[in-house]
Amino acid sequence: MEAVVFFVAAIGALGGAIGVIAMRNPFYSVLALIIHLFSLAALFLLLTSAFVAAAQVVVYAGAVMVLYVFVVAYVGGGGESAWEPIPGQRFLAPLLAVALFVELSIAVLGSALKALETHGPDTPTGFGDPAAIGRLLLEKFLLPFEASSILLLLAAVGAIVLAARRREANA
Amino acid sequence: MNITWYIVLSSLLFATGVLGILLRRSPMVILLCLELMLNAGNLALVAFSRMVGNEQGQVFAVIVMVIAACEVVVGLGLIVAIFRRRLPLNVDDLRELRG
Repeated sequence: MEAVVFFVAAIGALGGAIGVIAMRNPFYSVLALIIHLFSLAALFLLLTSAFVAAAQVVVYAGAVMVLYVFVVAYVGGGGESAWEPIPGQRFLAPLLAVALFVELSIAVLGSALKALETHGPDTPTGFGDPAAIGRLLLEKFLLPFEASSILLLLAAVGAIVLAARRREANA
Repeated sequence: MNITWYIVLSSLLFATGVLGILLRRSPMVILLCLELMLNAGNLALVAFSRMVGNEQGQVFAVIVMVIAACEVVVGLGLIVAIFRRRLPLNVDDLRELRG
């Protein structure tokens, strides 16, 4: 049963990822990314991390993707030019991606980590639920938590500065 | 399922994101491919956290989500600013900063 869910979610994640880079229209790319994110949330659930899966669906597939959809609707699609500044880029890019995948796989499979071949140790009930994550965030990782809140504030201010209409441009 | 499956899937997704960044010209799609790569990293973090039996990797994944949200906000702000100035939304045409 677990294997079936894993393979369905893995195919969804991979199909969504390929859809993102294959679709001509950016709007369809965003929709493919939403499929990808939901499949990843299923994988997170299989790995007994309920809070990360919920955050993935609510924050990512919900809020962030809505932002994308708004900007795509505002900016519009628009075709990509066929002009290539680097000759042979269309052939070199897949080669490089395959080489990177092979390299990463060799690095992981050759790492001699014995635990990679297991399902992981048995976890107590409540492993990865919101209470456990919240306790870690507010006790052990309080400084990164506060730093990320400051980063979010900075990003919001930066986006307003970037996207705001300039006064002198209007006059 | 072994943890290895998750890690190999994560590296496959990361390679897909790299392929997208190399192939596509629209800044919007390049941002989406950055999301793919960040999510592949998240999958690896959560899988390793399960492998060790410790929740700290999941906290890392949550922080990575925050970073991704910041990156999206600033990137989309840049795209809107480029669009407002009526510049072409194509990373090959926006090359004034190239040395």
